[in-house]
Amino acid sequence: MQRIIAGFLAGLTFGAGLVVAGMSNPLKVQNFLDVFGNWDPSLAFVMGGAILVAFPFFRLARFLPRPFVADDFRIPMFQQIDKWLIFGSATFGAGWGLIGLCPGPALVSVSLLSPQAIVFVLCMTAGMLVARLVASLSMRRALKEA
Amino acid sequence: MTEFTPYASLAGGVLIGLSTVILLLANGRIAGISGIYSRLFETGTLANGKSAWVHGEKGWQLSFVVGIVLAPLLLMAGGFEIEQVFTGDLTLIAIAGALVGFGSVFGSGCTSGHGVCGLSRLSVRSLAATITFMSVGIAVVFVLRHVVGG
Repeated sequence: MQRIIAGFLAGLTFGAGLVVAGMSNPLKVQNFLDVFGNWDPSLAFVMGGAILVAFPFFRLARFLPRPFVADDFRIPMFQQIDKWLIFGSATFGAGWGLIGLCPGPALVSVSLLSPQAIVFVLCMTAGMLVARLVASLSMRRALKEA
Repeated sequence: MTEFTPYASLAGGVLIGLSTVILLLANGRIAGISGIYSRLFETGTLANGKSAWVHGEKGWQLSFVVGIVLAPLLLMAGGFEIEQVFTGDLTLIAIAGALVGFGSVFGSGCTSGHGVCGLSRLSVRSLAATITFMSVGIAVVFVLRHVVGG
């Protein structure tokens, strides 16, 4: 139950942060990416502010034996840069640029109930399921070959 | 044009940072939206071969997503005005949504998991991902606005 409450509080804070920062406005995101035109650099402050707060705690977490309400820390240790990472990130970047929404702001938009937000989230969810399917199929094939 | 809002954006960023700290210190997990949201639909397989929707992680993943969805409603109830302007039609929105969903899961993260948490952990992998999606995003907006849009 404590983990569910912590998750809820983190979600509320995250969603509020996205809205206050202006990331829930696709036009503002596109203006941030339009560095050769009407550049609006505001969103650099979002990433800057978030990292400024998070960085010391990610350091601190290394010295904690376990999290407050869960059994273990699950922090990715994987450091390899592979073609999946680059291909996936490039695909994500293309969609992000096309409309100006990434997954967080898309979920925030759902409760605004605009047809645009709903279509985006439905297609995003479908895309995610396809990616998980492709990943698990190729993982199974790799295991068979090994 | 949108207004330059350094203070509001910095304040929003601080809130996002706080959220990742809550999830990290309390639950020991990374606040990566694409990972958390897409795993909600994943079914695990039990020892008896039956697929299971519910295991230890699903509860907080669901409450996290519910929190994100409820946040703008609370802000609006408090009198906060939310501006949302889309520049494309529904077809373009559908294509963009599919690309964002597929790419963020295939590339193991989006702006939150790679951009905020990954960079805060000094992960080289996340730095490569962030540089990739930022550059492609900038290139796509350039083409949309200055090549096609003219």
